[in-house]
Amino acid sequence: MEKRLITLNVNGIDYELYINPKTLLVEAIRDHIGLTGTKRGCDTVSCGACTVMIDDMSVKSCSILAVQAEGKKITTVEGLEKNGELSPIQKAFLDNGSYQCGFCTPGMLMSASAFLKENEGKDVTEEEIREGIEGNICRCTGYNSIVRAIESVVKGNYKEG
Amino acid sequence: MIHDFHYLKPGTLKEALAMYAEHEDCKVICGGQSLLIVMRQGMIAPENLLDIKHLNELNYIKFDEKDGLRLGATTTHRAIEKSEVIKKYYPALVAMENKLASIQVRNWGTIGGNLAHADPAGDPAPLLIALKANIKVGSAKGERVMPLDEFFVDYFETAMEKGELVLEVHVPVTQPKTGIAYQKFNYLTNDMGIVGVAASVTLNGGNTCKDARVVLGNAGPTPRRSKKAEEFLIGKALNDDVFAEAGKIASEDCEPVADIHASEDFRRHVIGVLTKRMLKKAFEEAQGK
Repeated sequence: MEKRLITLNVNGIDYELYINPKTLLVEAIRDHIGLTGTKRGCDTVSCGACTVMIDDMSVKSCSILAVQAEGKKITTVEGLEKNGELSPIQKAFLDNGSYQCGFCTPGMLMSASAFLKENEGKDVTEEEIREGIEGNICRCTGYNSIVRAIESVVKGNYKEG
Repeated sequence: MIHDFHYLKPGTLKEALAMYAEHEDCKVICGGQSLLIVMRQGMIAPENLLDIKHLNELNYIKFDEKDGLRLGATTTHRAIEKSEVIKKYYPALVAMENKLASIQVRNWGTIGGNLAHADPAGDPAPLLIALKANIKVGSAKGERVMPLDEFFVDYFETAMEKGELVLEVHVPVTQPKTGIAYQKFNYLTNDMGIVGVAASVTLNGGNTCKDARVVLGNAGPTPRRSKKAEEFLIGKALNDDVFAEAGKIASEDCEPVADIHASEDFRRHVIGVLTKRMLKKAFEEAQGK
């Protein structure tokens, strides 16, 4: 079996991995690096549970080869908090009860974070927020509480740090 | 489970083409948003995988008022969706991209990969064919350009020969007095289309049709033009009855399959409705110009 030595930068830390090139990014993150916040759901680019950010863009880590993410800045849900404090969107999720079973939450937080970053300082509509999480499926909440949480961060109810 | 493969990572396009020529049983991966799914299902198990996602020399959006639009093969769907110049000159492209899969897929998936995958249900192909796009492919031996409507040969099969890669999509300048529209029909907004229709209408002053294209998605093994509907439209004074008749012609001039999503009859019916609506939309846009 062929193996390659690669370096993945996840949440600011360089991890050296010796892996089969068929290893998916989600497998590298969960099984090799041990960050299990990122979830493996449908495995067919449908559900969004495995969403992480690559260079601040949301992507589905179940359908990217780990070797393709080399040299890029990968952010997982574990990388959202700063100095032990939750990020604004994480706090908003807590306050708005934006999760029930919790399985979609890490992916949802990453899509929401990417959306907030992209629209920083802009006025956004509820419709745009819903489009921002179009790639993530939640089977518990009915989305309303998630949308409320994102809305409250957009309104500036939560300050960074 | 994905079968083991030998991973090839070229540093340049030249190197990629040389590697592709050298290796037997080799598939090309770019964003892999379609390829990795079929590899995981074991439907294909190539011995070699050539990665071109990182080739930035193919990652560009160029526009010139005389030459039109040129999209490098590794340009992401999201880059097209967010491009100001495309929004200004080809708004239908932006609208189509906005409804293609999800943000995450558009962030990583590429236009070249989408076309090379040749899924008859893909969104970009029908619209690009309506826009009279050309595709440039190349191998270690050289490059060639062909109209996009000659690129698709069969289900997941293209006119590319062994060793050829998609290099660029060229969309010519849209003719004056032309409207373009695309819509797919599905149950969830951003799903693959059960069927899709792209239409372009060019007016000859007044309401007479000078040129038209009707391109059907997921209505057969490849994205396909309904040339019968196009011939019917050209030279006609356009109105709702003409659009309805063109829709009827298009719905008979295709070979949709029946599957778990829809029966053949239902697909034909929706093709008729969408053709009528897209022609009307394109017509109204052309009138406003």
